[in-house]
Amino acid sequence: MKRRYTISVFTENFIGILSRITLIFTRRGINIDGFTASESREEGIYRITIEVNTTEAQIIQLSRQIEKIIDVIKAFYYIDDEMVFQEIALYKIPIESIDAGLEVVIRQYNAKIISAEKGFVVIEMTGHKKDTQDLLEVLKDFNVLEFVRSGRVAVAKPMVSIDKYL
Amino acid sequence: MNDSQIRGAEIVIKSLVAENAKFIFGYPGGAIMPVYDALYDYMDQIQHILTRHEQGAIHAAQGYARVSGKVGVCIATSGPGATNLITGMADALIDSTPLVCITGQVLSPLLGTDAFQETDVVGISMPATKWNIQVRRVEDIAPAIAKGFHIARSGRPGPVLIDITKDAQVALGDFNYVPCLNIRSYRPYPKVPDTVIEEAAALINKAKRPYLLYGQGVVLGKAESQLKAFLDKTGIPAACTLLGTGALSEDHPNYVGKLGMHGNYAPNLLTNKCDVLISVGMRFDDRVTGDVKRYAKQAKVIHLELDPAEIDKIVKADVPVLGDCKVSLEKLTEKVENKEHPEWIKQFRVLEAEEKRVVVGNDISPTKIGLTMGEVIRHINEFKADDAILVTDVGQHQMVAWRYFNYKTTRTQVTSGGLGTMGFALPAALGAQLHDYSREVICVVGDGGIQMTIQELGTIMQTKAPVKVVLLNNNFLGMVRQWQQLFFDKRYSFTELDNPDFIKIAEAYNFKVQKVDERADLRQAVAEMFVHDGPYFLEVKVEKEDNVFPMIATGSSVEEVRLK
Repeated sequence: MKRRYTISVFTENFIGILSRITLIFTRRGINIDGFTASESREEGIYRITIEVNTTEAQIIQLSRQIEKIIDVIKAFYYIDDEMVFQEIALYKIPIESIDAGLEVVIRQYNAKIISAEKGFVVIEMTGHKKDTQDLLEVLKDFNVLEFVRSGRVAVAKPMVSIDKYL
Repeated sequence: MNDSQIRGAEIVIKSLVAENAKFIFGYPGGAIMPVYDALYDYMDQIQHILTRHEQGAIHAAQGYARVSGKVGVCIATSGPGATNLITGMADALIDSTPLVCITGQVLSPLLGTDAFQETDVVGISMPATKWNIQVRRVEDIAPAIAKGFHIARSGRPGPVLIDITKDAQVALGDFNYVPCLNIRSYRPYPKVPDTVIEEAAALINKAKRPYLLYGQGVVLGKAESQLKAFLDKTGIPAACTLLGTGALSEDHPNYVGKLGMHGNYAPNLLTNKCDVLISVGMRFDDRVTGDVKRYAKQAKVIHLELDPAEIDKIVKADVPVLGDCKVSLEKLTEKVENKEHPEWIKQFRVLEAEEKRVVVGNDISPTKIGLTMGEVIRHINEFKADDAILVTDVGQHQMVAWRYFNYKTTRTQVTSGGLGTMGFALPAALGAQLHDYSREVICVVGDGGIQMTIQELGTIMQTKAPVKVVLLNNNFLGMVRQWQQLFFDKRYSFTELDNPDFIKIAEAYNFKVQKVDERADLRQAVAEMFVHDGPYFLEVKVEKEDNVFPMIATGSSVEEVRLK
């Protein structure tokens, strides 16, 4: 049975590591639904969060093959219930669309205007995909000029730390 | 700068010397010229073999590595030189062969600008290497080579690529070689937990029909004597994969034959009759399992394996024994009971006799007019030394030679298993021979494959390596033709070859030559080949349309192995 999995990969800062990781998915024809990378708590160690829709057998194989990459320290995989995760979305709205209705929407969704430029404002919302997608649907009435959503960032609920693998 | 500083190119060579590399297989070109210039001063410390094509260089390095157990080294220039190495890297990766490949690269300011002979070899080789790196600074050269050697030879071995820009090769730097012993993100030898040993031993001790399959992991892990000790104690029948061949002497009483599409009848068939399947250092290739949905479903599986990514990849292991098989076999041998399984082994022998009757006799002692590949191998067995090395290419001759060659010791089987690379044999045989001139190296090759790397006859000529080339010529791409006959309604689409006069070619390369097309001359010809001290080329004209059997057709189960 396919379901949503998140793989959390800890790597050395090594040129080409992202290519090596994505090749593992490419080779098996698995689509990556979300991908984020940044430095972790430890200086010099990167944390990559990958979202995929696949089976348990496949996620185990994928994780092992990722771990086999020389510069990968550890790869963990989780189902959504085992993680706390967020995504961020930005919406660019023309200045003409601003009216009382927009304020209601922003309050209702707990979003905020983070930038006001000549001609447009940028609204930011963080949440799960469903939340940011709902807001997008509502904002369509206000003429969304641009929309972007990040991959998820996630921390695991199980108390395993990368420290023991260093 | 100070006086002690040397150029990056010299650091490359000194690093290879520091790693005790005896040979470099390579081909020069623009972006690697500084390294070749540095090499000029080190010819007394390291031997460079100039092949005729970069693919030849890497296959020779593979042949050397497979026989010696050491890391094979090859060097090429940027662009086409580098891309010509790719097939060999892919081959070495899938067959776990330790290689360090060094390529020259364009000047670092030109990277990404489509400079002359620039190619992104780090990008191209990523899926074909265990690890790779581009070095752009002279101070990074020695550490990269040290790391490369460590990664290539440790754990499950494999090829690494180090791409060095030309400016790094000519820049001056200090040389201070520090071997790499540890990389924090890389754990090549997982520790064998005692609990799984207990679990595995309990299963084995209860088993009525236990069956052991061994692969190249036994050879790579230098666990041949541990395997033998385990089998001696447990009395368990054992079969080998293509690359595991030789890890156990075929004269061992528990040896029951070879696995896979063209392996032996009994070992395939009885896979689906055992109750406990112990696999050691093998990865359940589809050529071994046939239809995996109907593979050993009745058995509990114990998988001794070093690479965590191989566990449960194809066949779910009931007891995965992760770690070095040398250690786990030793621990297991302590825990298992002394046993014999005469009734069970007899089942193998009965089927073996049937295979002999239906297949083997006609293959190795034929009565028909045309010569068979099998009878050539029979005569080779007659004259070869016990430690002779058989190097084969890919196709019918590979399967026939593997089936009938009498393997006595480890590291005597060199072939392209996982990738099935035609053109592998000739250069690989050269590499194998260079490791030890005193050992017989027999290169059995088909008329298709030899023409993919035939230029390496020149390298054999130049090195005077006494390789015995045995060309089994059926004027066909025989294995493909066999499939066309069996599965494509005899539509022989582009498999028949109009061949050159191979004898003239070999003569031009200074080989002693002989051609046989009649049975009466065969034995004597083989005998003469073994007596000759130097490169030898024996062409045998074999039956055009012979097939290799037994066979497990693609998609069939191991129990559907056909004798004809």
